[in-house]
Amino acid sequence: MSNHRFASPGSIYLLLVYLLLYTPIVLLFIFSFNNSTSLVFPLKGFTLQWYVMIFKNPELLKAVGNSLMIGFGSSLVATILGTMGAIAIVRFKLAGRSIFLAVSVLPLVIPYVIFGVSLLILFNEIGIKLSAFAAGLAHVIISIPYALLIISSRLVGFPDNLEEAAMDLGASYWGALLRVTIPICSPALLAAFLLCFTISFDEYAIASFLVGTDATLPVYLFSQLRFPTRLPMVVALAAILMSVTMTVMLFTEWLRRTGQSPARKG
Amino acid sequence: MENRRRFVSLIGPPSLYLFLLFLLPLGLMLVYSFRAGISGEAHDTFTLDNYRSFLTNSHFHRLLWRSALISLTIAIISSLLAYPLAYYLVFQAGRNRITLMTLLIIPTWTSYLLRIFAWKLILGSSGLLNSLLLLLGVIEKASPILIYSRSAVIVTLIYVWVPFVALPIFAALGRIDRNLLEAAADLGCKPWEAFLRVTLPLSLPGVAAGFFFAFIPTLGEFVTPLLVGGASGQMYGNLIQDQFMRALNWPMGSVMSLAMLVAVLTLVFILTRISSLSDLVEV
Amino acid sequence: MTDYAVELRNVTKVFASGRGAKTDEVYAVKEMNLGIPTGQFFTLLGPSGCGKTTTLRLIAGFETPSSGEIYIQGKPVSRIPPNERPVNTVFQNYALFPHMNVARNVAFGLAIKRVPRDEQEHLVKEALELVQLADMGRRMPSQLSGGQQQRVALARALVNQPAVLLLDEPLGALDLKLRKAMQIELKHIQEQVGITFVYVTHDQEEALTMSDYIAVMNFGLVLQLGDPATLYKKPANKFVADFIGESNFIQGKVESITKGGIRLRVLDEVITAPVADSNMTMGQNAIFTIRPEKMMLKTRQPASTEALSGSVQDVVYIGTDTRYVVSLLSGESVVVRVQNGCSPDIEQFSRGDQVKVIWLPEDARILAG
Repeated sequence: MSNHRFASPGSIYLLLVYLLLYTPIVLLFIFSFNNSTSLVFPLKGFTLQWYVMIFKNPELLKAVGNSLMIGFGSSLVATILGTMGAIAIVRFKLAGRSIFLAVSVLPLVIPYVIFGVSLLILFNEIGIKLSAFAAGLAHVIISIPYALLIISSRLVGFPDNLEEAAMDLGASYWGALLRVTIPICSPALLAAFLLCFTISFDEYAIASFLVGTDATLPVYLFSQLRFPTRLPMVVALAAILMSVTMTVMLFTEWLRRTGQSPARKG
Repeated sequence: MENRRRFVSLIGPPSLYLFLLFLLPLGLMLVYSFRAGISGEAHDTFTLDNYRSFLTNSHFHRLLWRSALISLTIAIISSLLAYPLAYYLVFQAGRNRITLMTLLIIPTWTSYLLRIFAWKLILGSSGLLNSLLLLLGVIEKASPILIYSRSAVIVTLIYVWVPFVALPIFAALGRIDRNLLEAAADLGCKPWEAFLRVTLPLSLPGVAAGFFFAFIPTLGEFVTPLLVGGASGQMYGNLIQDQFMRALNWPMGSVMSLAMLVAVLTLVFILTRISSLSDLVEV
Repeated sequence: MTDYAVELRNVTKVFASGRGAKTDEVYAVKEMNLGIPTGQFFTLLGPSGCGKTTTLRLIAGFETPSSGEIYIQGKPVSRIPPNERPVNTVFQNYALFPHMNVARNVAFGLAIKRVPRDEQEHLVKEALELVQLADMGRRMPSQLSGGQQQRVALARALVNQPAVLLLDEPLGALDLKLRKAMQIELKHIQEQVGITFVYVTHDQEEALTMSDYIAVMNFGLVLQLGDPATLYKKPANKFVADFIGESNFIQGKVESITKGGIRLRVLDEVITAPVADSNMTMGQNAIFTIRPEKMMLKTRQPASTEALSGSVQDVVYIGTDTRYVVSLLSGESVVVRVQNGCSPDIEQFSRGDQVKVIWLPEDARILAG
């Protein structure tokens, strides 16, 4: 049933959707080089000044640094915890499995505002200072479901007695995990890590509650939206961020697809 | 026995983390809902006042109801818009469908703040669309079309959600055995009949998943209203944020959050009855 | 005195199935006593669920006995985890590590034991030559056929020179021709390396082809232990007689018991046969059993020969044999296989013919009813 008539209503619709999705991205790119402080047509000449301004802005750079740090940190933790959880639920059929799965996947649907406020309360009670680190702790929670699901997906595609085979040949259980299970999952591990990084890097809602004075990039971005003269710099920053994110996501998807076991393509 | 020990060692650390930073805070929030204040003596007094205020405050109820309607609208329209997309990709895009799906998803992973910001630029009074229309002479004066209104919130969130909702529908449609459709045709169904009787019903778990995935988190949405909502576009999440960040009335905010949490968990429960977790992932 | 590579003494394995209040206990293995002699090709044969795979896993260490003790080379191993036992397994699904090439798969056990690199290479080369995959070292498992993967699994296990090699229905996924070829190959390899093989299968023909000894199992028990010929010619009970090869079963009552055998009354006729179970009593219900190819059909009962009367219900020509289904006076049916073209005085029959079924007394057995 694949009639490749280019004017089919389906393909027109798809094209329209792509147009809507990519237009803002393209426009942001164009205007990041535009020599004008207001974002209107017609374009007024090419400039790199906005990009340069980014690097001269210590506040901004600090925010980028914070985001990179908590992005990296929270993804690492989320990936490790997600991997442990994934192995547990795929390889063991024991009591507690479904509750764990339910709780670990629940953050996917809980509104972020609830995370923000409940952690605000927690940190106040136990005396953790509001900071980028605090936001990072929260990001692990929202990232764990993604890590867990990506890695489980990968694990399920392989026979379930590989660890047993490794132990039969002399490895301890944890040795089997390190020598066999983890290497097999490596594309998924990387994909999960990158996805979690992207989530953390772009996250605003929770961060707005927890960062205190320690801005992350989205928090900084949001604060700049009120200053019209700073807009072009923000746009340039947006362009950089988008290029990075898109490249990373393309790479991640490629990893996930090529890394799949032969039994399940796509 | 050995098995059980290994299972516990694996599940332990993530469970602990989830407990400490997910479940425990929710428990504390429950405790706070019964407190008079966040520090000092007020911190340790037990009271039901917050609940009383919440239950008698019609403004809160109205906003909660409004947010629910907004979220519902967004989820429904997103699902309706996403379905043809997914359908086209699965049944008519042939070999390219995965690439095309990926292309659909990529923009959604770029910061949504930035994309909404970009649309503000386009649609705002000093923005693109206006300057273009002015240039073309279509209008005489710039007008803030669709900015700072409830509709703006709805349109923006639909824009953000459609690709996400398309994913589970895409997965569900992709899993349908083509033989079933051939069998339907063989038994006399016209294409649209086969769709209604075979394809659509089989894809419903995926649609339900997508729908709820858009609906439930949107209940607590507050960022989009801040950016494009204006006065009429404020949602329940904004109220909560306000209680915590400005009014500093955490106990009240806790009560409000708990109300929303109850609604969320109810919806999650309904979702689990309709489609099992294994529909979403191949676990 | 036989020395046993593996010994099971009173081994029981119970599984709890079901959850919460309703737990069922499943006895996968019931007080099993088994001795597997060193250097033999030993097979555990039985239908699905009989406990043969559980027994294998108990020896490997993936399950622990609920009671009883397992000895490998004379040493009790129940407390020893699988990775420390001198045992290696060839899994049904091969379980090759997909992220390693063939050579690294085979070398895995050696690498764990930190065998020096050049020795690893040498041993791997030998093992691959043994299974005739000499230049496949660099291939990835996904590039191999089922039969080749199976041989890699075998090499991977053998290279560690285990005291016992366990094989869990390794040929199940192969097509018929390949399976038959591999059966012979496996047998040769076992003879060549001299290691004790413990083989699990549900295919009785496979067991008869390859084994030095077979333990026929059902419901967690060993029903008979013996070499293929004994099991085939002298099954100890109805299950073994039925499971191995094809058998006819005729019900009757014990009429007399003598040193030569037992006389069984089947309606109006009386037949004699050596006895399998020495605890027979007069008047007891018993079963007369004989293989189809050991029976013959005649129009008239020859002198001083016992016979059963019947009429031919079905005749099927299968190239090498003709299969007759004969309905006896008692209502039971027997299958008689006659080799075609064997000798001119073999009579041909067609449907409806009245016949006498005869046999040599030593080819039949009487089993407990």
